Amino acid sequence: MITKWWASEEVWRKIAVWVTAGMLLVLMGLTFDTIPKISVGSERVPAYSIINQRIDYVFDEKRNFQVPVFGGEQPLFGKMLSEEEAEALVTWGKKITQGRNCINCHTLLGNGAYFAPDLTKAWLDPNWVDSDLREGLMINFLMDPPNNSMNSSGRKMPNMDISEEEAKAIIAFLKWMSSIDTNGFPYNFKPVEQEG
Amino acid sequence: MNNGVLDSNNLNGGQKLAVKYFSVAVILFVAQILFGLVTALQYIIPELFFEVLDFSVARTVHINALVIWLLFGFMGAVYWLLEDEAGVETVGLKLGNLAFWVFTLAVTIVVLVYLFVQVGPGDDTTRWLINEGREYIEAPRWADIGIVICILVFFYNAAATFMKGSWSGISGVLILDLVALAGLYLAGMFYTTNISVDQFWWWWVIHLWVEATWEVLVGCIMAWGLIKLLGVRRQIVTTWLYIEVALMFGSGILGLGHHYFWIGTPEYWFTIGGFFSALEPIPLVAMVVHALYDSGVHKFKAANHPAMAWLIAHTFGNFFGAGVFGFMHTLPQINLYTHGTQWSASHGHLSFFGAYATIVIAVFYIAVQQWRGGVWMSGDLPGNGWKWKWSLALLNIGVLGMTMAMLVAGYEQSFIERAIEGSTWSGYFAAQMHPWFIQGMNWRMVFGIVTAAGTVLLVWDLLTIGKGEKRTRQEVS
Repeated sequence: MITKWWASEEVWRKIAVWVTAGMLLVLMGLTFDTIPKISVGSERVPAYSIINQRIDYVFDEKRNFQVPVFGGEQPLFGKMLSEEEAEALVTWGKKITQGRNCINCHTLLGNGAYFAPDLTKAWLDPNWVDSDLREGLMINFLMDPPNNSMNSSGRKMPNMDISEEEAKAIIAFLKWMSSIDTNGFPYNFKPVEQEG
Repeated sequence: MNNGVLDSNNLNGGQKLAVKYFSVAVILFVAQILFGLVTALQYIIPELFFEVLDFSVARTVHINALVIWLLFGFMGAVYWLLEDEAGVETVGLKLGNLAFWVFTLAVTIVVLVYLFVQVGPGDDTTRWLINEGREYIEAPRWADIGIVICILVFFYNAAATFMKGSWSGISGVLILDLVALAGLYLAGMFYTTNISVDQFWWWWVIHLWVEATWEVLVGCIMAWGLIKLLGVRRQIVTTWLYIEVALMFGSGILGLGHHYFWIGTPEYWFTIGGFFSALEPIPLVAMVVHALYDSGVHKFKAANHPAMAWLIAHTFGNFFGAGVFGFMHTLPQINLYTHGTQWSASHGHLSFFGAYATIVIAVFYIAVQQWRGGVWMSGDLPGNGWKWKWSLALLNIGVLGMTMAMLVAGYEQSFIERAIEGSTWSGYFAAQMHPWFIQGMNWRMVFGIVTAAGTVLLVWDLLTIGKGEKRTRQEVS
């Protein structure tokens, strides 16, 4: 029996090789395009010193979803930080979130576990009442979550032995994360009341 | 040949090493199920093991045991078919054995540290010694390096054996795939504060493992399995394998884009991720057609009925779990609402089980058959083979039931938490306390127990099937 070209082992071997190589090349090209666009200090992923500013999440008519919007000064814990100081604080904060394995209960940018709320816009959550009370409430909560539980489901965050300084670093990381342009995720979010 | 008794004289060198990998894989599979039961129960009784074995700890073990038992299963499968496929003895077997013990020891230490140390301060020591804190690749850095070394030894065993013996289409694809698999792991081994860049590369490990290189690896195992179990002509399975590689990598590599919708990456990923991931089910349909057609042509006359049944379960599970359940929420228009809800967990359970657990279990059956001296494992088994049939049924019904229960919870979460409440914390808890969610979690628990029962029966069957069997295996041509 003569094998038709479309059933030939040889033809498909070549197709497999070329398709794989072609797709890898396209992926590499896209990676080179994407990485600069998500580097710190880019339009989509702001510099760490953005934590000195007011961050909001507002509906954008043109893009048809909510986008991060930055306003005037709103220094975290009342202290303006240099770019280096801000980076050091956010870095410590992120390392704490990794060291405490936060992602195996929470999601960050929607990735992680589903046992606790998403943290992408935690800084902007209306749970913190308003921008005056927010920082204090967040510190209290992080330092002693079981006794500051904010839901009636019975589910509580365990005490993760977080010190006040560590709590501040985590909050810096959360504030910075809320400034990332996530293409409208989460949708229909209702940010906290903020002055200014 | 020693019929009916587990005797390592029945195995070649590579196979002796393979059964060690399989034994650890089975233990980790059981661990995965146990810790899964704990996490499922914590949704219903939140105070269970509070501040002793918290959800985060139990879930870390649940998902890490999953990844490692499948990896051990795959590595065992490659050692299993190595000498048979290459036609020579395994090269560097002693080193391979050493790597197995090192790997197993490392996994044991990592799990003990997860359980008893759990967390650490926000410094580099924690990431190097305790927990990296990144989902699925939580293993601390020292273990990452150990894993890479062990995988390199494994790769050396496989590549050197094929180089000494003979190459085939299957082994060629397999070796190239292993290069990609080992290389991709490196993409997860660095720290960055920029969480967008962090998750960008993290997905290279997670997606390009499970939706590309692992799929091709099981494609190779499937191709070899069809030759062994049904006696399908090599030329046919090899051609199919190439078609599957073309379709799998053709859709799966850029299908990576469906993870780049919401992590800060540009909007063009909507189009790329949506389009290519929509194509991802195609190779999975092709596999169903391929396996069923071949089985039909050979009138379902197979050398190992349990293994063949699990291979067919694999094709359907892969298609429904990875293909259909993946496609259902892969387009950005729906993913905006489903991303990070129980919908993802629903897809995750059916796809990991359907695509990977099934085929590794099929290889377990192939292994015990030979381990007992190449005994009969077709029809007419003692007790009509009730143990393998019931465990097959319980495991499939259990996982499918959990999948459906979580899907209902996921629907409810997408509507209430995401669309209406706007994903705030209070919206999250409003959805978690909704009766539909609670019902979903209760049913997930019920089907979790069914799955656990199936697992117990499976282990019992693997330990006893073929015991005292005097007939030799069914000949296939």
